[in-house]
Amino acid sequence: MNDDLSRIQFALTVSFHFLFPPMTIGLGVVLVVIQGLRLWTGKHLYLDMARFWTRVFGLFFAIGVATGIPMEFQFGTNWAHYARFVGDVFGSPLAIEGIYAFFLESGFLALLLFGWHKIGPRMHFFSTCMVALGASFSAIWILVANSWMQTPDGYHLVREVKVVADGKEYPMSADLGGESFTTREVPLPADYVVTREDVPHVRAVIDDFGMAILNRSTLARLCHTILACWMTGSFLVVAVSAWWLLQGRHVEFARTSLKIGLGVATLASLLQMVAADSTARGVSRNQPTKLAALEGLAASRKEAPMGVVGGVSWKRDAEGRIVGVEDNAIRIPGLLSVLVSGEFLHPVAASETEVQGLAQLPSDEFLRRRHPGASDVELANLRPQYWPNVPVVFQTYHLMISIGVALVGVVLLACVLWRSGKLWDAESKYVRAFLWLLVLTPVLSEIATQAGWYTAEMGRQPWVVYEVLKTGDAASAAVKAPQVLSSIILFSVVYLLLGVLFFGLLIRMIRKGPTTEAAGTDLPETWQPLSLKAGRQTEGQAP
Amino acid sequence: MTLNAFWFVLVGVLLTGYAVLDGFDLGTGLLLLCAKGDHERRVFLNAIGPVWNGNEVWFVTGVGALFAAFPQVYATVMSGFYDLFMLVLTALIFRAAAIEFRGHRPGRCWRTAWDVAFAISSVLSAFLLGVAFGNVVWGIPLDSAREFQGNLITLLHPYALFTGFTTVVLFIMHANVYLVLKTDGPLQEKLMRWTTFTVPAYLACFVAFNAVTLFACAHIVAAIHERPLILGAIFVVGLLVTFNILREIWMRRPGPAFVSSCAALVLHLLLFGAAVYPNLVFSTPNHAYDLNIYNSASTEKTLGFMFVVAIFGVPIVLTYTITVYYVFRGKVILTEESY
Repeated sequence: MNDDLSRIQFALTVSFHFLFPPMTIGLGVVLVVIQGLRLWTGKHLYLDMARFWTRVFGLFFAIGVATGIPMEFQFGTNWAHYARFVGDVFGSPLAIEGIYAFFLESGFLALLLFGWHKIGPRMHFFSTCMVALGASFSAIWILVANSWMQTPDGYHLVREVKVVADGKEYPMSADLGGESFTTREVPLPADYVVTREDVPHVRAVIDDFGMAILNRSTLARLCHTILACWMTGSFLVVAVSAWWLLQGRHVEFARTSLKIGLGVATLASLLQMVAADSTARGVSRNQPTKLAALEGLAASRKEAPMGVVGGVSWKRDAEGRIVGVEDNAIRIPGLLSVLVSGEFLHPVAASETEVQGLAQLPSDEFLRRRHPGASDVELANLRPQYWPNVPVVFQTYHLMISIGVALVGVVLLACVLWRSGKLWDAESKYVRAFLWLLVLTPVLSEIATQAGWYTAEMGRQPWVVYEVLKTGDAASAAVKAPQVLSSIILFSVVYLLLGVLFFGLLIRMIRKGPTTEAAGTDLPETWQPLSLKAGRQTEGQAP
Repeated sequence: MTLNAFWFVLVGVLLTGYAVLDGFDLGTGLLLLCAKGDHERRVFLNAIGPVWNGNEVWFVTGVGALFAAFPQVYATVMSGFYDLFMLVLTALIFRAAAIEFRGHRPGRCWRTAWDVAFAISSVLSAFLLGVAFGNVVWGIPLDSAREFQGNLITLLHPYALFTGFTTVVLFIMHANVYLVLKTDGPLQEKLMRWTTFTVPAYLACFVAFNAVTLFACAHIVAAIHERPLILGAIFVVGLLVTFNILREIWMRRPGPAFVSSCAALVLHLLLFGAAVYPNLVFSTPNHAYDLNIYNSASTEKTLGFMFVVAIFGVPIVLTYTITVYYVFRGKVILTEESY
């Protein structure tokens, strides 16, 4: 009960938090571009843009930080067994994140938000770069930590035992009466199966930090996530600009913002196709059960098809036990085999690649180690325990892919319209419809990002550390269900309030738009456009 | 010095950094309600405006370092103090929201509501962190699997509540001195008058707190017998430094007064550190289950790796912090970007 509630709480808090960092990471990149352009060209328009988008950035950042603080605590509050089990490996990236990312981010953020009157444009540009870098660093370390949970590496398991005076070892649970003892840790074999009873006294200890940090899945997952963040943040810029164009307000400001946002979004979307492909192929190699679940692939086969829309549901026997999956999806034949092989140049040969299905996963050998002495029939009955929630992850996975592909189409079309100049024709009803579509892109991108994260995390179940520690065994022993229920209610109320207010203020800020009247005359001399210093009025001056 | 001792010191440094820096942010909360009018309140908020976010990072990083170096302590304390920490987290979220949202609308009700939210959440965070701290000194019931045996009521005993109260008073004094440094004119005069209440109030709490600890905590008394000179010296210097705040204010030197206030905080936490070392969590009544820097630590490999990380990282962190405080030195000036 406690662990189910803790799952709900973690999902709630991390989902709400994860609405904000993708925006700040993406907006950070856009801000670097804007400030770079302002330094390079000296145009005043870029200064107005920098000031407006920095304010938006500040709002997202404030809520991102506020909702991020609980994340650092919840591994201990709700998942104390997990914290004890992995602390030696998992604590390090979190501490590194604090020392190298959070300080960098928050320190320079002060200069970025409040430093306009205190520092010059060059220092301000440098601060912008550091904030963007800090935001990416924090993404790097949290993904390092998460990737270790997906593909644990560079560690071994040890068990703590009691040692009495004559050197005899006893388990920690043994009652030695009044006899005094010391404790010692004995290494366990590589294929050791962790049971629920083990959890308080068995832990993972580090062998090799290089392998733990740069494990098999880190790089691909990191690129995939960072690019998703870039897309989300830059789509916000595109959407707000498109909205102003639809209203005919701040037209020059909106056009320039849209171009910059679209530039970043296009670059990120195109790179994302490569990163997403390699992430999925990584899953097929490192976590075949997860891939079979994401695709709802019932049995191993060649020419495996890839789902597009529809769904899969559980197939149950007469007693209601899960025995397999029922496929109701529309699929593209052979595509999954081609994607898994990665041989896009030889699709026919590649479609002969065999993809393993749920009926064979996890392998018999894996099951036998966990259930010694079980017959083949019993093993087949036990297998579904080791599957994630296939109907749900199928949906989140394909939702992410569908939105991702659609967004790539949208940015490419937008680029074509921009190059041909048609995008600025806000009278045409087709262009207006397209601009409305652009207004929706950040929402779509947020949905895809969340769906992707759900896929990664729910697809890992029932494991919290993949094929080592079960999520159900990782919750805190000292915490009771009513406590977690109360904190869920507390967080729900606070987050609901926060979400509503945040959204209201964001809309208000966008409605109000950039302040161009003062034209930056409130800022010190160093910020004045070069042209103005020379006493000339140029095109860079906003009307 | 062993790696374990180094990490005891480093976690201590990070949490002390948090107390010194975020201490005045939290203390500003209650003082905010004593300020008259929107302008004064904005001056207070913008005194901490550019730095409060970075100050909170010391806490998050301190907790991260605790997780990396002493995962058993992290797991025991976080899960044991579950309700306490959930309230602290909610309060910290509210504070961040309050300071951000307040300035977005000009309405009087809107601003007052957020001021009150900011004050309550600041005082609550300071108080609850003090309560958590008090429990660490006092000791909590643990079993052989290092699990906390108790509930919220177990944590709310008089000693812990008094520690919480002392923490609030300490932070209010610290914020008072900081605000004297960041203001001028009549507002500064007013804040200087306030220090004649806040500093003596803290002095009284500090002395009372130490006296109570001396009488009530057997394991702390044992530590005093073990190293009386060190603890005695820290206590006396801490007392003198706190008196010096009053002297500096009287001599109208806000800079040295603030440095004294920071030093008083550092010495108070140093006193705590020196009294509990090498333990991190006392298990009462059964001291066999005490968590110390050896039985709750990560492996030597992790401590060594993180040692290298910290040796390079901490100087960089100090550089940013000093840079930011240097850029925002001087009196508060309200601009378009201010809260």
